[in-house]
Amino acid sequence: MAGTQAQRQPEAQNDTAISLRAIGKYFGKTRVLESIDLEVKRGEFCVFVGPSGCGKSTLLRLIAGLESASAGDLSIDGERMNDVAPAKRGIAMVFQSYALYPHMTVYQNLEFGLRLAKMEKAEADQRIRAAAKMLQIDHLLERLPKDLSGGQRQRVAIGRAITRKPRIFLFDEPLSNLDAALRVTMRAELSRLHKQLQATMVYVTHDQVEAMTLADRIVILNAGHVEQVGPPLEVYRRPRTIFAAGFLGSPKMNFLKGEVGQVATEGVRVDLASGGGIIAPLAAGAAKTGDKVTVGIRPEHIRVTPGRAGPFTATVQLVEDLGDHSILHLDRETIDGRMLAKVADVPAGEDGVVSFDLPPDECHVFDGSGVVLPRRGQ
Amino acid sequence: MKEPRDTSWLTTSRVRSAWIFLVPMLVVLALVAAWPLLRTIWLSFTDANLLQMDDAKFIGAENFLSKDGGKWTGVLSDPQWWRAVKNTLYFTFLTVTIETVLGFGIALVLNRSFPGRGLVRAAVLVPWAIPTIVSAKMWSWMQNDQFGILNHMMLGLHIIDKPLAWTADPDLLMSAVVMVDVWKTTPFMALLILAALQMLPKECYEAAQVDGIHPIKVFWKVTLPLVRPALMVAIIFRALDAIRIFDLIYVLTGSREENMTMSIYARQQLIEFQNVGYGSAASALLFFIVALLTVLYVVIGRVKLGDK
Amino acid sequence: MKPGAIIRRVLFYLMVAIIVVYAIFPFYYAIISSLKSGTGLFKINYFPVEWKFDNYVSVFREYSFGYNILNSVVVSFTVVAISLFLGLTAAYALGRIQFRGRGALLLTILGVSMFPQVAVLSGMFQLIRTLGLYNNVLGLILSYMIFTLPFTVWVLTTFIRELPKELEEAAIMDGASPWIILRRVFMPLMWPAMVTTGLLAFIAAWNEFLFALTFTLNNQKRTVPVGIGLMSGASQHELPWGNIMAASVIVTLPLIVLVLIFQRRIVSGLTAGAVKG
Repeated sequence: MAGTQAQRQPEAQNDTAISLRAIGKYFGKTRVLESIDLEVKRGEFCVFVGPSGCGKSTLLRLIAGLESASAGDLSIDGERMNDVAPAKRGIAMVFQSYALYPHMTVYQNLEFGLRLAKMEKAEADQRIRAAAKMLQIDHLLERLPKDLSGGQRQRVAIGRAITRKPRIFLFDEPLSNLDAALRVTMRAELSRLHKQLQATMVYVTHDQVEAMTLADRIVILNAGHVEQVGPPLEVYRRPRTIFAAGFLGSPKMNFLKGEVGQVATEGVRVDLASGGGIIAPLAAGAAKTGDKVTVGIRPEHIRVTPGRAGPFTATVQLVEDLGDHSILHLDRETIDGRMLAKVADVPAGEDGVVSFDLPPDECHVFDGSGVVLPRRGQ
Repeated sequence: MKEPRDTSWLTTSRVRSAWIFLVPMLVVLALVAAWPLLRTIWLSFTDANLLQMDDAKFIGAENFLSKDGGKWTGVLSDPQWWRAVKNTLYFTFLTVTIETVLGFGIALVLNRSFPGRGLVRAAVLVPWAIPTIVSAKMWSWMQNDQFGILNHMMLGLHIIDKPLAWTADPDLLMSAVVMVDVWKTTPFMALLILAALQMLPKECYEAAQVDGIHPIKVFWKVTLPLVRPALMVAIIFRALDAIRIFDLIYVLTGSREENMTMSIYARQQLIEFQNVGYGSAASALLFFIVALLTVLYVVIGRVKLGDK
Repeated sequence: MKPGAIIRRVLFYLMVAIIVVYAIFPFYYAIISSLKSGTGLFKINYFPVEWKFDNYVSVFREYSFGYNILNSVVVSFTVVAISLFLGLTAAYALGRIQFRGRGALLLTILGVSMFPQVAVLSGMFQLIRTLGLYNNVLGLILSYMIFTLPFTVWVLTTFIRELPKELEEAAIMDGASPWIILRRVFMPLMWPAMVTTGLLAFIAAWNEFLFALTFTLNNQKRTVPVGIGLMSGASQHELPWGNIMAASVIVTLPLIVLVLIFQRRIVSGLTAGAVKG
């Protein structure tokens, strides 16, 4: 999709680290993954995100080699890896529960994989100390995992991956077991590590904040297939499907049912089921009169003013004051319940009447199957 | 997300490793379990003799049951065999019942925390730790009709008026044996039941306490139903063990007819009478009885789980 | 405190006392009896009156008891070592790898532990004789496998299942083969389970009577249970009770010490084997 520039350019463009072609994963009749086509670029921080059960962990484990693809081809650096053992793929994985060997010291944990690969003790020692220094755990090398805090264990798990000097790092929801404050710190750590190591990283999470902040590109997965791929801001501003639009952003995007009215050169009129309408700047031929559509607008894009001036009015049902902004629950029906608006200053209290506007440029119009309709000029 | 089986190349190599890991154990098991069992069953269809086991000739089901000129012969026609069966079942029923009740009582006591509980629990483990033979001998000594402390105690408490010959009097043999087995095995039952009791949620009791329900009612209506599954498992295990009993009875009362169990009957035929074919038939019968009961238990157990 | 509560508490502790006495008295009485000699045994005492060790000495001198103990120790330790090794490797396969027939195999192994010993007696007898292991410690070691192996496999499988899957996956990612995973990742974590299982198997092997009785001929090759079981005196009806009690005490004391030290482990092993089944 044209138009938006990616936030950050990956180091080596057109250099594909991981290539997934028509990947499918079936368990008996259940299709966990279906027709996945994806490319992860070298040096990129790619985040797989989606709700529970969407298949993101399975996809990651497939890349790792802990699961095998039922269909399709997986290639790493151009080599087909479907039947290659995990340890020979040039990857390292950081697990959600860290999976440190409880009976080994931190040093031995970091050493285990290297010794199995028959590395010289001196060289292994060098790598271990370098990784420990990078992660600031060099003072913990003789401790056992049970004597470490959650954050420290996390670092050891990352250190274990770093010592292997892999081509690709895989992270399986590594921050889920940490408390909120620690998560923020670790996010920054991971970003720093990525810059420092300049490695390809594939990261799985269900947390959209992690996805938005860490990723060069995010991959939104839903029920085993890819909804959308792209830089976070691009996916946020130009969602391709209702699912992608609703997944990113908190509070969730408001979805209003509507029907296409008059189609003219200035724009397409959409009559909203809850009353009123907008003129959407859709491309020519995108929609015709009578089409059932869904209009989406994010809470922060709704312009709310006090009074009854219009173009739309609503009564405020509930005000949630969060300090730096407030969320107004308006008595307008959306697909998911009441319409929510995010405002800096509260124009009216509960039971007060407000006016609001839905700026056409911020409206996303989705067709009957949930796919976004192209705008004029795209 | 719960994931069922994966049928791909990487998993196949793990499955292959699994079988490589299993083979040594399976080979040994086949050697010491499968082969002897099959051999015993085969021998039960022969006229093998202990001194000339290689000359065994196939004689069909004669060892089990056959008519020989108007008279029934074979294990199934031997009244002594049926007596052994009766003794075994009687023994099983008595010991399992007593051990369950006593064990439950001990478990309830141990479930409460009191000073010295650890020591009491250790003391309770002692009978279980003592080798069966030693237990048999110790009790045999206590049950001695002339110098035994048991008679001395009972006379002193006026429970009996003259000394009893526990291991000589045919009517008392079973009691003597049950006495020892109960002493030896109750700890095992008690521990199993205690483990089950300790897994029960404490909230039930606290709620009952708050409601002021009488402890006996709590026991019948709350404790018992919750412990039932574990209790049933323990009882079945014990019962299957009891049916196979040999050591205790042999050492305490020898191969006495009145007290014989199926295992003792089989061994007597095999070793003392050297009638390997006949003895093997008895052994095979015992095996099939145990196997049948085990299968029944598994099937009924599965069905019960399915209904849940 | 209310009088009702006091009575209840007294009754409770009375019950505890009864239970303890019931459990310990026979062994205590055996000790007292073993310390008597000659005519002392014909008198009944509830408390120790003599402290003579004559019985203990004669047990070794006249009954080759030293050989019995040696045989028992050799057999039990060897049986446990072999069972643990075979059991651990089997447990890895049965507990950590999914494959067709696994459930049936587990049930079969459980089934073997239900075999009545007599049922395999004649077959085993022939096997032992064919291998030339009659009246030999090796014959006992081999035959004991029939009850130690299934039990060991079953309990170790139960324990190995508890280990986290991600630990194994991390090891796979580190390049460990199944054998390395078992030896260097799982086995160190299984020590408690192995001690427990080993202990229980040891007690079972030490305790065994029927096979030891049937497969040995002279007293030097016998194990402790058979040695004690067959101790006979000068005439048919005169059993050397003093010696028997002494032998019993000798054999039982180390076992009791072991059990007391490891009681928690033993309980967890027993319940893992039975309840979780």
